[in-house]
Amino acid sequence: MEKVKIVEIKKSIFENNDKQADNLRGELKSRGLYLLNLMSSPGSGKTTTLIQTINLLKDKLRIAVMEADIDSDVDAVKIKEATGIQSIQLHTGGMCHLDAEMTRQGLDSLDTDGTDLVILENVGNLVCPAEFDTGAVRNAMILSVPEGDDKPLKYPLMFSVCDVVIVNKTDVMPYFDFDLEKCREYVRMRNPKAVVIPICARTGEGVDVFASWLLNEVRNWKQ
Amino acid sequence: MHELGIVFYIIRDVKEAAANNHVGHVSGVVMNIGEVSTIVPEYLTDCWRWAADKEELLKGCELKINTLPAVSYCEECGQEYPTVAHGKICPFCGSEHTYLLRGNEVEIKEIEVPDD
Ligand SMILES: Nc1nc2c(ncn2[C@@H]2O[C@H](COP(=O)(O)OP(=O)(O)OP(=O)(O)O)[C@@H](O)[C@H]2O)c(=O)[nH]1
Ligand SMILES: [Mg+2]
Ligand SMILES: [Zn+2]
Repeated sequence: MEKVKIVEIKKSIFENNDKQADNLRGELKSRGLYLLNLMSSPGSGKTTTLIQTINLLKDKLRIAVMEADIDSDVDAVKIKEATGIQSIQLHTGGMCHLDAEMTRQGLDSLDTDGTDLVILENVGNLVCPAEFDTGAVRNAMILSVPEGDDKPLKYPLMFSVCDVVIVNKTDVMPYFDFDLEKCREYVRMRNPKAVVIPICARTGEGVDVFASWLLNEVRNWKQ
Repeated sequence: MHELGIVFYIIRDVKEAAANNHVGHVSGVVMNIGEVSTIVPEYLTDCWRWAADKEELLKGCELKINTLPAVSYCEECGQEYPTVAHGKICPFCGSEHTYLLRGNEVEIKEIEVPDD
């Protein structure tokens, strides 16, 4: 039998990423630049919500968007056309999430001179993005009504890393058995500090609540 | 797809460890994977075979997986119980006020290097 020597490593594969993410956050703080990481399942309304939010905030803040997609640039084009702000596409090369290194590369390719807020639309997925800290100041996620109110029970990690849970598509509430109070309770079980904001991105209802939360966050970050 | 991403991180960390230890070839990598880490061991080893053989350092290198049991703690009665069998609900007192103690690990335990 071939003899082998054992070299002990004992290291979490998330460790490097966690360090890079902390470094990135430190750098963002010193530049006064706020980064929000927005996550959700595919199609729950990230791009629609961003367009509404940006249109409410673009007179008050200088905003840019990074759209992460496995391989397309439709969202980046959509944002640019609907809001006029700077928006770029990051291709993840088949990866199901963004990590801190990819996020940094994205930021480096943006013109961030004078920018107050960068929003990252992460890959549509409730599992992997939650495991990789991007270096963002805060994490937000969107849960849409058709997905069901039990998602915080099924995807605990995602809900425990998010500071804000936006409940979108409230206009279709009559057609689904989504219970908003139950949903709030489930979110609280995972993360007592998370803020739950119901919105309808289609009509814009409730988006102002999220926009004020964000504006306040960005102003505090700069102090 | 998730597993392939994880494999790229393992490869990056193994390469770094090999360089630090002046190792020219790695014949085995031993992982500690928690039961509730969301990683499917079979997918991980499939992705590993495909990706590792593309690296000179890791040609033919075997990925071995140690599964670590998941254990939860009940805040109500202070007891520990196996998470996979009972989930969020404490089997001793029925409380929902429980949290995961361990079982989330995705770590490289050690690498094996041919000894000559
Ligand atoms: N009824 C209803 N539909 C909505 C609402 N918000 C978004 N949609 C629709 O949901 C679909 C998906 O919306 P997007 O904003 O593209 O969702 P996304 O999360 O960016 O999708 P991916 O980037 O593909 O993951 C579109 O057809 C939207 O028009 C809403 O509040 N109500
Ligand atoms: Mg989108
Ligand atoms: Zn108990």
